[in-house]
Amino acid sequence: MADLTTDFLGIKSPNPFWLASAPPTDKEYNVRRAFEAGWGGVVWKTLGAEGPPVVNVNGPRYGAIWGADRRLLGLNNIELITDRPLEVNLEEMARVKADYPDRALIASLMVPCDEASWKAILPRVAETNADGIELNFGCPHGMAERGMGSAVGQVPEYIEMVTRWCKQYYDRPVIVKLTPNITDIRRPAEAAKNGGADAVSLINTINSITSVNLDTFSPEPMIDGKGTHGGYCGPAVKPIALNMIAEIARNPETHGLPISGIGGVTTWRDAAEFMVMGCGNVQVCTAAMTYGFKVVQEMISGLSQWMDEKGYASTDEFIGKGVPNVTDWQFLNLNYVTKAKIDQDACIKCGRCYAACEDTSHQAIAMSEDRRFEVIDEECVACNLCVNVCPVEDCITMVEMDKGSVDPRTGREVGDYANWTTHPNNPSSVPAAE
Amino acid sequence: MTHNPRTIGIAAGRIAPGELADNFSDLHPPLDWHEARVQADRCYFCHDAPCMEACPTSIDIPLFIRQIATDTPEAAAKTIFDQNILGGMCARVCPTETLCEEACVREAAEGKPVRIGELQRYATDRLMAKDVHPYTRAAVTGKRVAVVGAGPAGLSCAHRLAMKGHDVVVYDARPKPGGLNEYGIAAYKSTDDFAQAEVDWLLKIGGITIETGKKLGEGLSLDALTADYDAVFLAIGLGGVNALSAEGNDRAGVEDAISFIADLRQATDLTSLPVGRNVVVIGGGMTAVDAAVQSKLLGAESVTIAYRRGADRMGASKFEQDLAASHGVRILFNVMPVAVHGNGAATEIELEYTEDRDGRLTGTGETFRLAADQVFRAIGQTLTDAPEGIEIVGGKIAVNGAGRTSLAGVWAGGDCAQGGEDLTVTAVAEGRDAAEDIHATLMGG
Ligand SMILES: Cc1cc2nc3c(=O)[nH]c(=O)nc-3n(C[C@H](O)[C@H](O)[C@H](O)COP(=O)(O)OP(=O)(O)OC[C@H]3O[C@@H](n4cnc5c(N)ncnc54)[C@H](O)[C@@H]3O)c2cc1C
Ligand SMILES: Cc1cc2nc3c(=O)[nH]c(=O)nc-3n(C[C@H](O)[C@H](O)[C@H](O)COP(=O)(O)O)c2cc1C
Ligand code: SF4
Repeated sequence: MADLTTDFLGIKSPNPFWLASAPPTDKEYNVRRAFEAGWGGVVWKTLGAEGPPVVNVNGPRYGAIWGADRRLLGLNNIELITDRPLEVNLEEMARVKADYPDRALIASLMVPCDEASWKAILPRVAETNADGIELNFGCPHGMAERGMGSAVGQVPEYIEMVTRWCKQYYDRPVIVKLTPNITDIRRPAEAAKNGGADAVSLINTINSITSVNLDTFSPEPMIDGKGTHGGYCGPAVKPIALNMIAEIARNPETHGLPISGIGGVTTWRDAAEFMVMGCGNVQVCTAAMTYGFKVVQEMISGLSQWMDEKGYASTDEFIGKGVPNVTDWQFLNLNYVTKAKIDQDACIKCGRCYAACEDTSHQAIAMSEDRRFEVIDEECVACNLCVNVCPVEDCITMVEMDKGSVDPRTGREVGDYANWTTHPNNPSSVPAAE
Repeated sequence: MTHNPRTIGIAAGRIAPGELADNFSDLHPPLDWHEARVQADRCYFCHDAPCMEACPTSIDIPLFIRQIATDTPEAAAKTIFDQNILGGMCARVCPTETLCEEACVREAAEGKPVRIGELQRYATDRLMAKDVHPYTRAAVTGKRVAVVGAGPAGLSCAHRLAMKGHDVVVYDARPKPGGLNEYGIAAYKSTDDFAQAEVDWLLKIGGITIETGKKLGEGLSLDALTADYDAVFLAIGLGGVNALSAEGNDRAGVEDAISFIADLRQATDLTSLPVGRNVVVIGGGMTAVDAAVQSKLLGAESVTIAYRRGADRMGASKFEQDLAASHGVRILFNVMPVAVHGNGAATEIELEYTEDRDGRLTGTGETFRLAADQVFRAIGQTLTDAPEGIEIVGGKIAVNGAGRTSLAGVWAGGDCAQGGEDLTVTAVAEGRDAAEDIHATLMGG
């Protein structure tokens, strides 16, 4: 079996699966049970400053989006940081870390945006012997209204400033957790790096309203007739997280900055994808909240099976392996020509590909009297819509045309690699060197 | 074709070879990738799952289904084999409708459980096809254990012991290992010689020697075994068959259902296997249903199961009763045989209606006759060959804890031992648990 041990910023854990800072990590009882279930590490539920803790609404605090069989696809929450006293959390963290020295334990922090507040809390955290800290610059509701969380995360200068304080007053790794509620994720990542962050973690939750109650005319989750935007997470946010991670991983300014990947990780495959996109490990919240701590067992067995099949002895061998393959649109090969092909034996004749292509795409599928569906190569631009809507896996596939063959749609030969930068239609194209 | 279903008497080749082959193909054809994904997606990953509780070997069902859902059937198979090394056979033969699938919360909610058994087959088939054995042995301990009986109980015990580093010799009276997996289970549940393939795969762990044709009581004695080995595990199943008390029960055509099934399982050419035109099976358990359905599939014109009590008391599950009915087997309840008639060989059976009088089953005096040129006894098996001096309770070897018998150093499990239902999966669980106890005993002292 492959070795899943990971070393993230010098913090070792038996596997790359950490629980993200959230209710699953809000107390000793949970974290002990999580470690017993096999989780490699935890980021403790975000701690606030000394003094009376924050107060949550009673609830409902969560809203959700489901698939047809009520499989939970997206979760939204309006909870705040921990509502338990700082002292209690710190004591518990110290006890748990002492009992589980081989697991990663990170303290997540969110205190007001002034030096004194950070200077005050950091030594307290250091005393717990936690392996590092994560700065919660992501929480998009409640805390942001008070000038913390994503209110800081949306201003790169603040990120840099706070990160610098943390590096100054704390000597273990500092991870900066980023909010996705921003136009260009590269800027806060650069700010974190400039402030001396050892790593970034992302994404925190996305501003959202999951649904609207059509009887009370209020957003869900509804508190006494009113609702507020909450943070969206779970499988639905994975594509957004992956993109943001890839952007940071390939940005020359931040390339090589360690990343802890978060956002919709539910299975071993999600985790592998995040790691291939440059994450040194992953953090999980919604999957644990949906299925319980045991869900990590599938992640562990699946990732090690995949590594065995690929011949990887350690996670280092594939972390970031996909980053060089993420590029700008302008560099994509315009001479890569494929055509959709329908496997007539697999086809169940539902006609969805036809409806999609005929009504909304390129009229490139022919339908016969007896419901035989066939691709018209002269029309097919290979948009992939038919593949995506076909209910039968692998029934429609994209077949690459050989170099030198003639594309019946354009009448042109399939040529060598050429991209938009040199294309004649591009007003600013630079003719290729002779 | 020389014969047809209406050929009088007991005859072979009643139906065409092609149809015969179809009849004996997989009862549940294996799930393909898509079907497995759709089924797996239905699992709720329940906490402290009731299905797991209902499985005698306590397989972590939610976990293995999730591993299928995430396209790692090999990891799923490992989850299964960790608890049940004969998970492949169990996937085919377990009456899941009374075990895991009965407990599935989807069964309670919508009457349609997740098809756990078929998913288990999906996973185990894939790992077994890889032809690598997923377990290795611990360092050799130097301890030697004798296992008597190479059925599911014996094999499961032997594998677990071998894994713990002990050397195991398995003795079996029959020419082939596998026990009822090889000689009893209905042919359409275990196709393509799966029982032997499974034994071969299981033995790849190493450290196990199988000695067939060695019978306890004939040349092999428990005393000799206890003298030669550090421990003995008895897993001899139930070798005897209850007799039929009806008059004329010695007529040609009156046979034991399990011998008929064993012949069927061992037949290399089903077209040469004879079956009656009118078959009557006496009994109400799994064996009765298997004998009846397979007679029908071989081409018998009419097949009747005659059971002495009501449907609710029948040992065969509702699923099996329906299976029989769907193959055109008629099930008669509350009737018992009083005589087999015929001029030499059997031609008719005389049945009497029964009733339950104050908890006692008695005949009403009203009888009727059915055409019957073949009558199968399927009224239960009994323990034979139990060694001298071992304590017997209720016709089975008495055990306590994990299979400890009244004799020191001798364990027992499976059908021959007290406790649990007589099922393949129960035998596997008992074999495994006895192995753990043997291991703890041998290493502890
Ligand atoms: C017709 C039939 C159909 C069945 N169908 C199902 C089914 O679909 N699903 C299910 O779960 N269960 C089924 N069962 C029950 C199941 O087969 C048994 O519960 C299971 O095989 C018991 O395993 P075992 O190892 O205890 O005994 P067995 O499988 O009976 O194995 C005992 C072994 O010991 C050997 N042996 C016996 N005496 C001696 C001796 N003196 N010396 C040496 N070796 C000896 C035998 O040759 C045999 O190999 C069926 C049973 C029958 C009879
Ligand atoms: C109920 C809830 C509370 C959360 N609280 C915090 C928090 O206190 N601090 C924090 O950094 N992130 C918090 N998060 C965000 C998660 O740590 C994580 O970034 C996000 O849920 C995305 O991961 P997922 O898709 O695996 O859930 C919370 C999420 C949820 C659902
Ligand atoms: S999960 Fe349900 S029972 Fe538990 S606190 Fe929330 S609302 Fe209450």
